[in-house]
Amino acid sequence: MDDPVILRVENVVKTIGGQRILDDVSLSVKKGRLKVLIGPSGAGKSTLLACINFLSPPDSGTISLDGVPVNGKSKKELLALRQQVGMIFQDFNLFDHLSTLDNVRVALVKVKGLDKRAATNRAMEELARVGLADKAALYPAQLSGGQKQRVSVARALAMDPKVLLLDEPTSALDPELIGEVLTVIRDLADEGMTMVMATHQISFSASLADEFLFMEKGRIVERGTPTTLLARDSGSRTQSFCAKLSELAGDGHCELAPPSGA
Amino acid sequence: MEGFLKAAQASWDALPYILGGLWWTAGLIIGAMLVGFLLGVPLAVAHVYGRPLSRKLVAGYVWLFRGVPILVQLYLFYFGIMAYLSEIPALSFLPLSSGFVSAVIVLGLTSAAYQSQIFRGAMNSLPAGQLKAARALGMSDAVAIRTIVLPQALRLAIPAWSNEYSILLKDSALAFTIGVLEVMARTRAVAATTHQPLPLSLLAGGLFFFLTWAGIKALKRLEATVRIPGYAHQGSL
Repeated sequence: MDDPVILRVENVVKTIGGQRILDDVSLSVKKGRLKVLIGPSGAGKSTLLACINFLSPPDSGTISLDGVPVNGKSKKELLALRQQVGMIFQDFNLFDHLSTLDNVRVALVKVKGLDKRAATNRAMEELARVGLADKAALYPAQLSGGQKQRVSVARALAMDPKVLLLDEPTSALDPELIGEVLTVIRDLADEGMTMVMATHQISFSASLADEFLFMEKGRIVERGTPTTLLARDSGSRTQSFCAKLSELAGDGHCELAPPSGA
Repeated sequence: MEGFLKAAQASWDALPYILGGLWWTAGLIIGAMLVGFLLGVPLAVAHVYGRPLSRKLVAGYVWLFRGVPILVQLYLFYFGIMAYLSEIPALSFLPLSSGFVSAVIVLGLTSAAYQSQIFRGAMNSLPAGQLKAARALGMSDAVAIRTIVLPQALRLAIPAWSNEYSILLKDSALAFTIGVLEVMARTRAVAATTHQPLPLSLLAGGLFFFLTWAGIKALKRLEATVRIPGYAHQGSL
């Protein structure tokens, strides 16, 4: 319980085109924990993640990494922040013109200044970690969706991020490919990676998350442990949203998944 | 009849002279495409990613060079700017009276305007996620544009670029007006002595056709060489 806070988001407001997308959002993530953002499309989950690494700078509010507030006006501080905050996108965003190996290696060389040999070794390590060492020479267009997303995880991990932001990492995947990506995420959680994840995979993330944050119209309207929020008689927004999702999916279960590893 | 044969003989004798113009034409087109490329890429980057002021400046540049005929530019540059500069003693070491240098610069500046728009279109057609992912890894915009955006955009630009090559090649024939001894200038000179412009015009046309064909063939080969493995041709089903 006394793990240090890695990431703190305080009173973040973001307006786009006159519309308030984020309205006074605050959260903090302790080392090794997973926070899960849940909520309908347009609730502001993606925008919140993009505000954390200033891909979409917040209008007001503070982002602190390791207790140090980030000065969004300083280009140098921004670049340093982004090196330490990994991001996984819904549609992977692998660099189409680079091989799998180069996708993981490029930032090690161009941003961290590693020499080519060290960068190659590190990149191959990360590819092995996501089970894709044998695909190093292939190009993104030659990979399946699940493989692409695992490469993008390797690319982010190679930078040694203090926290990983995952923006619906399985939403663009065919159902049969979701499992391999979830397995990688579960391994990361087990290894103690600090993460914030927006997802619709509620029952999966319930077994890993230490807190669910339910967002709606730019606000966090509910927060609590998965067990509390998903309890059948909780009457929570999270519970009814989850029930609706599983009804649509037709799998008919919206409850805690079996403990990890099972 | 005798007159025609005489003219044909004279044309035939002049063939090596006319073919010698190929070097000048090739020099013009390679020089101008290179100037246009080296200037067009930064112009395009400034147009797409620059601040509002630099966007306006690029837009102004493009309007200017697209709007003024090349012949007018050649005259203004060669008989105006270059003639003025050549009177300054401190600049006497520069080849200011060379029509070739003037033509390469004018054709290059014009091509830069067109090429910048080709590259701009290619950059805009890339998915926004490419730059976003590069930034998320901590790349500065300069590094991201150099290592992620341009390598992809330049590949996409090759077909339009080969079009620009074929247009500029034929524009280069205007360089004869400021005394560059390229294919067209030599053809006209010979025609003036033989009084039989028709066979010579056919010859000049054939030579330009050959240069167009060879250049486009080479660019097609380049396109295939740098093609990204597994990447489907856009629009092919």
